[in-house]
Amino acid sequence: MNYDFAGEAPKFVQLLFGIAAFCAVVGVVLLAVDRVPMRRRARLPAAILLAPALLMLTIGLVVPAIRTTWLSFRSGDGEEFVGISNYTWMFTQPEAIIVLRNTFVWVVLVPLLVTTVGLLYAVIVDNTRFERLAKSLVFLPMAISFVGAGIIWKFVYAYRPEGADQIGLLNQLVVWLGFEPRQWLLDAPLNTLFLIVVMVWIQAGFATVVLSAAIKAIPSDIVEAAKLDGASPTQMFFRVTLPTIRPAVVVVLVTQCIGTLKLFDIVRTMTGGQFETSVIANEMYNQAFRYGETGKGAALAVFLFVLVTPIIVYQVRSLRQRQEA
Amino acid sequence: MTSTTFPVTPPVPAEAADSASAGGAAARIRKRLSSRTASVVAIVIAILWTMPTFGLALSSFRPEDDIKRTGWWTFFTNPSLTLDNYQEVLFGRSSSSGQMASFLVNSLVITIPSVLLPVALATFAAYALTWLNFKGRDWIFIGIFALQVVPLQMALVPLLSFFSQGVDVFGVPIMPAWDLDGEQRFIQVWFAHTCFALPLGVFLLHNFMSELPGELMEAARVDGATHGVILRRIVLPLVVPALATLALFQFLWVWNDLLVALIFAGGTAETAPMTVRLAQMAGTRGDEWQRLTSGAFVSAIIPLIVFLSLQRYFVRGLLAGGVKG
Repeated sequence: MNYDFAGEAPKFVQLLFGIAAFCAVVGVVLLAVDRVPMRRRARLPAAILLAPALLMLTIGLVVPAIRTTWLSFRSGDGEEFVGISNYTWMFTQPEAIIVLRNTFVWVVLVPLLVTTVGLLYAVIVDNTRFERLAKSLVFLPMAISFVGAGIIWKFVYAYRPEGADQIGLLNQLVVWLGFEPRQWLLDAPLNTLFLIVVMVWIQAGFATVVLSAAIKAIPSDIVEAAKLDGASPTQMFFRVTLPTIRPAVVVVLVTQCIGTLKLFDIVRTMTGGQFETSVIANEMYNQAFRYGETGKGAALAVFLFVLVTPIIVYQVRSLRQRQEA
Repeated sequence: MTSTTFPVTPPVPAEAADSASAGGAAARIRKRLSSRTASVVAIVIAILWTMPTFGLALSSFRPEDDIKRTGWWTFFTNPSLTLDNYQEVLFGRSSSSGQMASFLVNSLVITIPSVLLPVALATFAAYALTWLNFKGRDWIFIGIFALQVVPLQMALVPLLSFFSQGVDVFGVPIMPAWDLDGEQRFIQVWFAHTCFALPLGVFLLHNFMSELPGELMEAARVDGATHGVILRRIVLPLVVPALATLALFQFLWVWNDLLVALIFAGGTAETAPMTVRLAQMAGTRGDEWQRLTSGAFVSAIIPLIVFLSLQRYFVRGLLAGGVKG
């Protein structure tokens, strides 16, 4: 006990400094913009308003991304040029291949499961009395950190030797059903699936909300017409609902793909990437920040970037189409 | 949903309608059956999604011995509650106890400026990109939009060395090292979070701002208002819901973030947020469930409250495409 509250004071001083910096930036920008006379061509005010954001993006994202690409062709300490050996390492060494395999499993399973569960749930609870409550329940995990969710599920998977009282819900269920308790997170390759469950648990609410909104936006005359034609619920779902909400389904799949590729926290919290559960983002962190292998870490980051590039291209193209329309 | 095995043939055949009306009773039974299966599925999902959190929350109030020896479900036959876990995890002074209060303060100090700054900068940039007329506007917007998908991992290594070693190009120093230590390290966390938040922020606010009626701006301009005045008096009040959405997203993101904090805030009680501490505890004291459960609950309760009270803003943001990875 006797916790030292006074010891925290410097942090609040720092916080005040941060808030003061915020006020200063806002004040300076607004003052500067107010000084500029109004013209048809607004190059100067635009420059003033955009400068802080563009500066931050350049320093914080654009230049670092270029530098990371450069580093990926260099040795661990960044001193020597090593050609593509960081990339050959990634695709040939067994431990790295396991990482790629796991990431692949994650990226295939998470979007599919999240979309399936979300869609199923959204359809079922649509227009029922409990819709709001039901959706909130599934939505709630989205507010919890991945670390918190990792701990919640680690507790579900907790293991006690056979004969002892189980404290993890899953092993207790298994024991009640008459089987032996298992170390869910230790046995590869199934342990990756148990980690994936956590991600699905977090993200299903997102899918439910987006898909449910899409379902509600289906024009009622289509639904009525299909009903008049005697469509069964199954037919209704596959011939009316699903085709109409296809864009929303694509959105969910794509965002889940991106999110899963960069997944880091769950693996780190629950297994630390041990027992053959590591994924690219976790391995990137380990290589770059724990083993001092900057080159390998950078190569993994670049590979992640390459994987999302098609999505960027697709997004930019559809944005341009929307702008032109 | 599951009880019908209709042959599905396009277009919805007339026979289907006939058989449905002819076998009216059968159809009704089928419908009731399918709605019953649906309800069961919905209830199962709802339970699956709440049970883990409930188990963790309940456990955090159970005495240490009970948590470690028996499952939380035995609480209902053998109830006993305590606040000791919270006492220890928050205020305990031994290094193993959690010291969560310090990390809670850190989370707050990290989060507040990391939300304020990007929201302000994104507002300025989005206003310029939506309502100012200048050359290259569309390209800047597309560039920022594309940056949304770039994995953070691409920026981490160089951004960290930017803070610790400064910048030099071909041996010519351009920018000295920031050499931050102690509480000053909060600055680099704020900086990193602000950079990483801007692409999504600009995109979201641009989406909302471009729906404002252009006549409003035109009228103000005719009256001789400067851009600063238009932004403050006209645009800002109208986009308050959008700002709330963005702030909520950013709050949840920063509060729940592990990766950025690990790298830029380090791992000590001086600057690291709760997620970092929890991840450490899950790794090194993975079986001290009395601390893990209460610690996880402390870190989750604030975002849960914020989330529940502002849920509609969150949903609105999701539907407007606000997903960051």
